[in-house]
Amino acid sequence: MAVSILHRVTGAGLSIVGLAVLTWWLLAVAGGTENYAQFLSAATHPVGLVVLVGLTWAFFQHLLSGIRHLVMDTGAGFELRTNKRFAVLTVVGAVLLTAVLWAYLLGVIA
Amino acid sequence: MSLGDSSTPIGKVRGLGSAREGGEHWLTERVTSIALLLLGTWLIASVVLLPDLSQRTFTEWLRAPSGAVPMALLVIIAFKHALDGMKVVVDDYVHDEGNRFATNLVLLFLAGAGGALALFALAKIAFGGQA
Repeated sequence: MAVSILHRVTGAGLSIVGLAVLTWWLLAVAGGTENYAQFLSAATHPVGLVVLVGLTWAFFQHLLSGIRHLVMDTGAGFELRTNKRFAVLTVVGAVLLTAVLWAYLLGVIA
Repeated sequence: MSLGDSSTPIGKVRGLGSAREGGEHWLTERVTSIALLLLGTWLIASVVLLPDLSQRTFTEWLRAPSGAVPMALLVIIAFKHALDGMKVVVDDYVHDEGNRFATNLVLLFLAGAGGALALFALAKIAFGGQA
């Protein structure tokens, strides 16, 4: 239940904020060094970082719960215990993947 | 309820049943999701493997076909998948038919404009002069 709602919320967030940031990033790269510096200063601002970390988490959560939905589309994984374990795994996995990726990225930026 | 109880079972459901469409939408959502599973993983792996995150490095990466082509696919499929997904959310929560049509129309235009803008930026990177 909760993970299903998470799938929707993260999907909507990625659709609106995620694609806006992706488009802005491409425009910034296309716009040259100065444009890109502006993007980078916004992206590395504390608020920007919260948004980017949030988007990364949303991406991993949506990806993992999406895989869960694809498995369930085949009719598998509906037993209560299996279903719950799978749901919990997507939440734990998304947080872990986000932490690992940002540990690496912050190492590069710093 | 104007038909009252005198209507036959078939009369009650006529016009409310399958519109004989929607299957395509459902399947497209799944197919694009699998494509994005691959392209999303590709994007993150690529960014992690790049030597740094400078404008110059990104430009060189997206100028080569190995960067530009998957990125173009990612943009197109991500906007399509986002539009399909948002339509499901809108169809579920916006009950008034007029509002639902208007919201879906706005989303369609936004996705079209956003996708075109992202592709334009990518083309500028890929085909533009030296940065």
